[in-house]
Parts: sequence; C-alpha cells; structure tokens
Amino acid sequence: MSQQAVAPEPGNANSVAGVEPETELASEDAEELAPPSGNSRLRIVRVLSIIGVIGAWEILGRQVDPLFMSYPSAIAVAATQMIATGELLIGLTSSLRTLVVAFFIAAVVGTALGLLIGRYRMVDAATDWLVNALYATPLVAIIPLVILWFGLGNTAKTFIVTILALFPILINTTAGVRNVPKQLIDVGDAFAANERQIFTKIILPSALPYMMTGLRLGVGRAIIGMVVAEFFTAITGLGALIVKYGNQYDTASMFVPIFVLMLLGIGLSLAVRRAEEWIAPWKATEE
Amino acid sequence: MVSTNVKLAVENVSKTFRVRGGQYSDDHLLPVLRRVSFDVYEGEIVSLIGESGCGKTTLLRIVQGLVRRDAGQIRVDGKPVAGTGRDRGFVFQQANLLPWRSARANVEFGLELQGVPRRKRGERAQALLELVGLGPAGEQFPHQLSGGMQQRVNLARALAIDPAILLMDEPFSALDAQTREVLQLELLRVQAETGKTILFVTHDLDEAIYLSNRIVVMGARPGRIKRIIPIPFGYPRKDLPELRGEPEFQEIRRNMWELIRNAPPIAA
Repeated sequence: MSQQAVAPEPGNANSVAGVEPETELASEDAEELAPPSGNSRLRIVRVLSIIGVIGAWEILGRQVDPLFMSYPSAIAVAATQMIATGELLIGLTSSLRTLVVAFFIAAVVGTALGLLIGRYRMVDAATDWLVNALYATPLVAIIPLVILWFGLGNTAKTFIVTILALFPILINTTAGVRNVPKQLIDVGDAFAANERQIFTKIILPSALPYMMTGLRLGVGRAIIGMVVAEFFTAITGLGALIVKYGNQYDTASMFVPIFVLMLLGIGLSLAVRRAEEWIAPWKATEE
Repeated sequence: MVSTNVKLAVENVSKTFRVRGGQYSDDHLLPVLRRVSFDVYEGEIVSLIGESGCGKTTLLRIVQGLVRRDAGQIRVDGKPVAGTGRDRGFVFQQANLLPWRSARANVEFGLELQGVPRRKRGERAQALLELVGLGPAGEQFPHQLSGGMQQRVNLARALAIDPAILLMDEPFSALDAQTREVLQLELLRVQAETGKTILFVTHDLDEAIYLSNRIVVMGARPGRIKRIIPIPFGYPRKDLPELRGEPEFQEIRRNMWELIRNAPPIAA
C-alpha cells in the first residue's frame, strides 16, 4: 500500500504514471540479474528478518502494559475468538461490499470522465479547475458533510469511498490519453481510420496501462476511504471493529482488523498488478 | 516491368511552415517545398534524396495526406486525392507497430479498418507475413521482434491494404548496415513479386542507386527538385557490394554527391 504515498498530483500526473513502471522494471531486472545462490541467500535473510521482528515484538510486547501494546500470540488468540464468534467475517463482508460497489462506480465513472477530458480540449477546459481543486482537497475533510447528507448508512460510506478512489483513476486515464504517442495516431491517420476507430483501436489500448495504474492507486485510496468512513459512522465493518475495541481498551482485538486490512491492501494491489501484466504485457518489457 | 502509366503525379506542390517565434523573435514563415513536380510510373521505384531539410519527408507525408499541402495537386491513377486514403500504403521510418497487437494483428490493421471479415484478413495477413519472410512469427509481439523484423511487419502492414503505391520513409535508416542490406534485397524481391510502385525517401546514396529506377535529387531552402537521374542498371540487380564495384555506379554516386553538396548558400 506504499503507492498511496505516490498518488499522482494533478500537475504532474504524467510523470508519476510514466515513471512508476520503470522503477518496477528496474527492481525486477535486479532480481533477475542476481545469481541464483545470491537469490536464495536473499530469501534466507528475508525469512530471518521476519522471524526476528515478530520474535522481538513478542518478547518486547509482553513487557508493555497490554492497554497500550499487544504482541503476536495475544493477537492470534483474539483473532481465533473473533473468527469463532463470526464478528470478523461480518465486519469483513460489510467492508468488502462497500469497497467493491464503490470501487466499481469509481472505476466506471473515473475512466469515462478521464477519457473525455483527455481527448476533448473543451471538456478539459470546463472541468480541469474542478478536478484539480477536488484532487487537492483532502476529501476525508468532507466526511461530516457527507454524513449530514446521507446519514450513517451504507450510502454515505459508498459515496466517500467512490469519491476518494475516483480521482487517481480519472487523472491517470487522462494522462494515458494525452500520452498516446503521436506516431501511433499517425498510423491510424495514414490508414485512413475515422475518429471512432482512432479512439477504440489506438487511444484506448494505448492508454490502458495508465488506466491500470490509476486503478491500482485507486484501490489504496479506496481502502483508506473505507476505514475512515467506518471510523465516523462506526456501525459496521472493519473500521467500526477497530473503534469498538479501541474504546474497550482491548488492544489485542484491535490489531486483528488492522491485520485484515493490511492483507486486504496487499491482496488487492497484487490482484490489480497481475491484471496489469495480463492486460498490458507489452509494457513490462518496453522502454 | 515499368509501364508508361503514370501511377503517381505530383504537380506543383508547395508547402510553407509557420515557425513560432520565441521570446526574442517573431513568427516567421519557412518555405519547405516550392513547386515540386514529378511523375512516378507504374511498377517503378523512385527515390527522393537530398540533404536534411530539403523537405523530402514532408513531401512524402503530403503525398500520403498526413500533411496538408498549400498548393498543387497529387494524383493517384489520375484521380486527385484529398487527405489520407487506402490507395496509398505508408511504411514508417520507425516501425510504429501497435505494441498491443501481434505481428499478424498489426498486418491486419488496415483491413480491419476497412471491415474485411476476420477469416479473410487472417489469411491475407499470413500470406503477407510469408511474403516478407516472417511466416512463423505471426503470433510474436513487436517487443519480441528485432528492428529488422519490425520493419518487415511495417512493410507487410502497408502491403496488406493492396495500395496503388507504396510510400516508404527512410525505412531502413535505423537498422544496422548488415540488416539494411538484407532488407534492401528483400524489398527488391517483394517489389518484383508484387509489381508495386514505390516512392522511397532516403539520405543514403548507395541505397538510392541500388533500389531505384530513377532518383529525384532535391535541394533545400526551399525544397525543390534539382535533377532527376535515371539509373541504368536492370532488375533483378546484382548484390550491392558487387554493384558498388562497378565504375558506372561510382560515377553516378560521384555526380549525385556533387549535386547534393553544391547547395547554394543559406539565404539569411
């Protein structure tokens, strides 16, 4: 979920979206170039590091008042209890339902608007100030207003998650459309393609990798939006569980939904990345 | 092979670019082509050659319709053309293959735009891949192909729409010397098999002599025709190294070099 930190600014969306795959490429190359023996040594170091950190946490965590800090074994016990009561699953399903619906809306609306803004100067002129302003605003700031409008139910949560995930998707899609190489448009022109054909056969596929990057960044923001929204509404979901156990000073139980969120973040980002490689395989090896 | 049918007629084509001035200069007009006229006959290979800035690539793009001309007329098979059209096939300097399409799908591109049914365009693409020596590579993606192979796909893509004339914009200039010679040979073979009329832009004197029936030598500022040189060698041609050894080749080469180099001083 480190991508959240590099969510593109409206001003330099191009550079962020363009630079990201390169850094990924570089790290992949480095791994491939390392000799096999070094590779397995790296794996050993990684495993040792995991054991070391978790072990240290277990030992040090036991020294601290359980009110302030917990430790792995206590968290594991709390997790089995929360799974047994079904509490965790209910929270997870509730969160996921919001996340999936809101992310779907954000993906559809963000992609459609991004394509229009990227392709048509007029649409861009009419909307760029609004997009920039909204993107610059930390949108969690409007959560109280959203709750005022929609109450504490699912609608408010869905709205918040949608609006948070929308902008990285929209901005990256726009950048993708603007960065279609001029030479590829030339190919369409040279073969006498009409406007619709240029859009569907050149611009859309060319912008696809950017759109996928937008979706990946959007997933990260959607998860943040979901948790924050659940903090505020505090009725259902993983965020609500965190608040509930925080209020009860049950720190071990509080860590359980946090871990689930971490796994969720990793899993979803990975899934989108796999989808990226599957949909745009040519980008992985192209300069 | 060359008939007396005029396949492509370029008539009095002129073009001026408006160059945007910077902070210290006003906009000014840059004439790139002045009243350029020549014909290309059916089945002929004609090269455009000249120093950089002589407008040869601009002229080719005007013929394709990628750049609008200010004045003059372009005719293909006697019919005036406006804008781009599939009666002309363009082979780009950089292959410009669509990276998300396989070699075959790239070759099919023009046919797809025309609405040719999938089966038919697949067959045609395969036939063309075989013609350019890439029969088994149809499923490869551009990033898996070498520069030379990409240019073969580039050529097959242009041939797929069966254009009346093939326009080639320095297609071999980015390749290494060896690959370039192989592809020059291949182009002559493909031309002999298809009988296509070709207008070929290059800055490589040997390439121009080796490939062409005639060479249009252009001068710069503004771009204009200096002379049209007929090449006396017949087809099929000898290998380039062998041809290069002939005194006649050397003579043409020397004359052309003089012609290109003796450009009048740049007008301020």
